[in-house]
Amino acid sequence: MSGAEFVPLSLPPILIGVFAAIACALPGNFLVLRRQALIGDAISHVVLPGIVVAFLITGTVSTWPMMIGAALAAFVAVILIEAIRRLGRIEPGAAMGVVFTAMFAGGVLLLERSDTSSVHLDVEHALMGNLESLIWLDAFGWSSLFDLEALAGLPDELPRIFVTMLGVIAFIWLFWRPLKISTFDEGFAQVMGMPTNALGLALVAVSALAAVAAFDAVGSIIVIAMFICPPAAARLVTDRLGRQVGWSALFAALSAVLGYVLAGYGPIWLGGQDSVSAAGMIATVSGLILAIAALFGPCRRGGRA
Amino acid sequence: MAPVTLVAENGQTEPENLDHSPLAIRGMTVSYGQKPVVFSVDATIQEGSMTAIIGPNGAGKSTLLKAALGILRPLSGHVSVFGRPLATQRHRIAYVPQRASVDWDFPTTVLDVVLMGLSRELGLVGWIKGHHKSRAIECLTRVGMEDFADRQIGQLSGGQQQRVFLARALAQGADLYLLDEPFAGVDAATEKAIIAVLKTLKEQGKTVVAVHHDLATVADYFDRVFLLNTRKIAEGTVAEAFTAKTLNAAYGGRLATAQIDQLTLTG
Repeated sequence: MSGAEFVPLSLPPILIGVFAAIACALPGNFLVLRRQALIGDAISHVVLPGIVVAFLITGTVSTWPMMIGAALAAFVAVILIEAIRRLGRIEPGAAMGVVFTAMFAGGVLLLERSDTSSVHLDVEHALMGNLESLIWLDAFGWSSLFDLEALAGLPDELPRIFVTMLGVIAFIWLFWRPLKISTFDEGFAQVMGMPTNALGLALVAVSALAAVAAFDAVGSIIVIAMFICPPAAARLVTDRLGRQVGWSALFAALSAVLGYVLAGYGPIWLGGQDSVSAAGMIATVSGLILAIAALFGPCRRGGRA
Repeated sequence: MAPVTLVAENGQTEPENLDHSPLAIRGMTVSYGQKPVVFSVDATIQEGSMTAIIGPNGAGKSTLLKAALGILRPLSGHVSVFGRPLATQRHRIAYVPQRASVDWDFPTTVLDVVLMGLSRELGLVGWIKGHHKSRAIECLTRVGMEDFADRQIGQLSGGQQQRVFLARALAQGADLYLLDEPFAGVDAATEKAIIAVLKTLKEQGKTVVAVHHDLATVADYFDRVFLLNTRKIAEGTVAEAFTAKTLNAAYGGRLATAQIDQLTLTG
């Protein structure tokens, strides 16, 4: 494939996929170790009604209203979860499950009843994003990467998810030590004087940010898969947290690239006609990587006392 | 000058001056839901002592310790550490949680866990240097675990894990050591090793407080006892607080009279 075809059509979606995958996988390491992996799942579901309401109010699918709507929805969800947990005396996991399925269902209904035919906003989009449509029409080859005029025509999602990923990396780098210690031994961290509650909240907030930024480009399927699969696979190949986080980023990037290429060309290589959903294939590849790690990873343990 | 000092010394009404207590707890009440687990407890830990917190299951021993350290929020109560608020004295406290309270499958090594004890000094983004590592190794040596530095912590036995936790506390270089059931589920060799380390700490003038379960070893290991059953039952030297009467009060019918006689006689 030539650069003239690859750069405008495939490079932006692949990069967006890679950045989104890494932005979700990095905080996913801590969420999985804290047994909070479902938070990523919950966030990616609850933002749907927020995005739909933001669209209904503003009438556009531009970035900021969507982000604000998503953030408000996440905020409402946190309050609802806490209220149900306290008033109903239900365990947090169940309260979370109730809230995120209900809010996602509400979002689906809202979406169906409102006229979104003119814009790219539907249930399929919410689940699978629109990775394939994030093309760069101003590019006509590798040289466009150095052409400022052409670069201005990049899809909005690319710089947004890139900045989000950098933010996630900065957060984890800066708070590496307290995050690690409070994830391993919260009581000890508290006695040391670390603000463990604030830290836990910040981790959830950063995860929410990554989920919301990734959601609109790649859909909730990838978000859910990337919070869990790459970190879980990485845990099985190393016994050090630092290396685990590195491996998880590598697995996330690998899933995105391999998944995108397989979705686009796999069916054609097999003699078929159409390509399949990139989001679905990326999530599937991440699941396969986890399966391979579970079977052959050097650090898997079963039933060790 | 001499008379002035004399006056000052005579001015102390109590032998245990509260201002110097490494850990003074006043009116501590903690409850889970409606039920108080610790009720209106006062405790004054003596500097340089080794104190056992004992009491039946569910007596609130661990809860008292956690509430004193701010891990649990008490309903009421006041805590001072070396006569000052806890928040200003954290660098002088080393806390060893119950071994079962953490996930030992966590992806980290023995040396890494001990280095956690240095994190106040390392700060947020300080690099771990050679001298930090050698100090951590030295702490591992004191508990006989230096050969395991690079092991993943899940590969250790329960006793070895407990020693690693103690090494982490040693790395903190604290003045007050608070241990939650340090002998629970450990082998005899580890129990010996741990008690030897704790006794060394005491000889260096440090204060040790441990939640303890095994009444048979109280008199051997500790010099003071804090007996708890939701309320404070007794506090004092082993001879004062670890008697048939106080044990009966704390454990009720759960200990046979013959058992109590044996315990307090050997003590």
